[in-house]
Amino acid sequence: MGNIKQKDLILYSGLIILGLAAPYLFSAFKVQLTYLCVLIVLAMTWNLQGGEMGYNSFGNILFYGLGMYLTASVQVGMFFPLAEWTESGGEKTFVHTTAQYFQGIGVGLLVSAIVPAIVAGAIGYAILGLRGHYFAICTLGLGIAAGEIAGGIEIIGAGQGFTTPPFPAEIVDVEARGKFFYFLSFALLIGTFVFVKYIYGSRFRLILNAIRDNEDKAEAMGIQTMKYKIVGWMVSAFFCGLAGGIMGGLIGYIDSTDVAFDGREMGVFMVLMAILGGKGTLWGPVIGATLFHFFKEGLWTLILGWQYVALGVLIVVIVVYFPEGLMGWLREKYPERFGEVIDDKDRKAQVELK
Amino acid sequence: MDFLIFKAPMLMVQASLDGILLGILFALIAYGMALQWGVMNIINIAQGDLVILGGYIAYTMYLAGIHPAWGVIVSPIIMYFVGWALYKLVINKVVDRDLFISILATFGIAIVFQQLMNFIFGADVVVAQSEYGTTMLFDNSVTLPNSKIFSAFISVLYAVALVVYMKKSRLGRAIRATAQNARAAKILGVDTEKVYAATFGINAALCGIAGALISITLTLHPYVGLPYTVRSFMIVIVAGLGNLPAVALSGMGLGLFEEFADYILGTEFRIGAVFMLLVFILVYRRFKLSKKREYLK
Repeated sequence: MGNIKQKDLILYSGLIILGLAAPYLFSAFKVQLTYLCVLIVLAMTWNLQGGEMGYNSFGNILFYGLGMYLTASVQVGMFFPLAEWTESGGEKTFVHTTAQYFQGIGVGLLVSAIVPAIVAGAIGYAILGLRGHYFAICTLGLGIAAGEIAGGIEIIGAGQGFTTPPFPAEIVDVEARGKFFYFLSFALLIGTFVFVKYIYGSRFRLILNAIRDNEDKAEAMGIQTMKYKIVGWMVSAFFCGLAGGIMGGLIGYIDSTDVAFDGREMGVFMVLMAILGGKGTLWGPVIGATLFHFFKEGLWTLILGWQYVALGVLIVVIVVYFPEGLMGWLREKYPERFGEVIDDKDRKAQVELK
Repeated sequence: MDFLIFKAPMLMVQASLDGILLGILFALIAYGMALQWGVMNIINIAQGDLVILGGYIAYTMYLAGIHPAWGVIVSPIIMYFVGWALYKLVINKVVDRDLFISILATFGIAIVFQQLMNFIFGADVVVAQSEYGTTMLFDNSVTLPNSKIFSAFISVLYAVALVVYMKKSRLGRAIRATAQNARAAKILGVDTEKVYAATFGINAALCGIAGALISITLTLHPYVGLPYTVRSFMIVIVAGLGNLPAVALSGMGLGLFEEFADYILGTEFRIGAVFMLLVFILVYRRFKLSKKREYLK
């Protein structure tokens, strides 16, 4: 990474310092900050295939929920019988020691990253062959089906939900739990950002863009589109699974349709955030997620009860009036900043038209 | 495997009859979806929520002391204007754009509708009592609510009326012309904007009829709209656009599938089974289509 410009270096180090200092500066908002990190991760990975590849998925929530259930199941299942845990429903018949808790969550997160990626790879060949709106509806169906099916499986709590292991009681510091999950999610955010930025500078991104712009032509040029589409989806699934695992631990309670496979909230949020910021840009999803989160946290309490109406209206307004998003709008306004060169002749022609 | 349904043949008859009657209702909703998809190239995720809204109109009449069956006349009239207003507000801005835009925009509309219905009618599961009684068949071993027979009959009646209307009337011909080629229709003097608004209104009216029938045969709840959208989407994919007998047949097929899934997998997996069927149908279709692709080896 020797080619980072000095300006960028200042920006990145500033953001990292801000991120590290945030839980101490805004001590009361640690949970919100953790949410923000997870939302940015979800928006960035959605953008990787929704924006770059042109495959608008409503179903990334599938990997998020899968990661959530897997982390919790592994964390419990490593030390105690899983069925009895869920049956007792949150009652403390089994207690994790500190070491067990962290071992469990570590292994759980590892599993929740790998398994969703494998699942994405396995179903990718069948699902990614669908084009356009068929893909969108199919993934929508997948996400909801997963929620409905998880709600019927006894061993992970069925309709009653699944209580994730409580944070070890031996750690008496009350702030520790919030900090632990914040830094976990912040590390995930940095990991995701570095990886996505790496992809943005690679040939892989060009191939994804070629698939978005014209898949048949890309194939005719000798690109094995299916291979790249599957890899793109697996990357999304990998990070979505991790994000889900962290959120499961933070929330402490997993419900099949309201928390894990929450297509009505998270599933829509990630699409909305990416579109709000600007599809197909590196910073768009980051800005979109941050704006959205501030808007949500600021207004949600003011319009209590009406928040979903506001969300629906917001979706319609953004989609109908700002389909290019914030970055798209800026790009149109200041093309030079995005490294686009416009001939003087074109500029004059445009001025004359006005 | 000891499933109850395979031991008792009468249960099989029961499930089949239930499925077919239910499927006719699904086909009516799917017909509306095929209409707007074919004419305007829009996939309406809010379709199911329009259905539920239509159902709540009939339910409101029931609360006011009017027999809910009158809903099949009142509900489509109100829903026509709801659909028309929806077109003027949002849909006319997404007609010419990417299909994904229409999916997302109608998804937003669906969320708004769900919440508003939740505010107005409450989050309880409700049903309007038609008090039509039941018909007993085969020595009382198969029970068939008369409301289900009534709903299937009304669905068929409306579907036939709409087909005739599309064939004979001036607006119907304009709609069909627009579906074939919007630009040519425009050149020949068809006001396509009006046609689109009418199409969306007719679709909403069909949803209103279906909703009123659902209010007396099944149950209503503000958040059960999406399964109806998915069901009608499935039926349209399987049957194709503008093929009414196929829509009716695949609607019945879906009804049968659901009733049997209900008995075999259990009621808690019913909606899950519907969504999995959607995935399977799409994937099957993708492999069937990919065989047709031609390339040089």
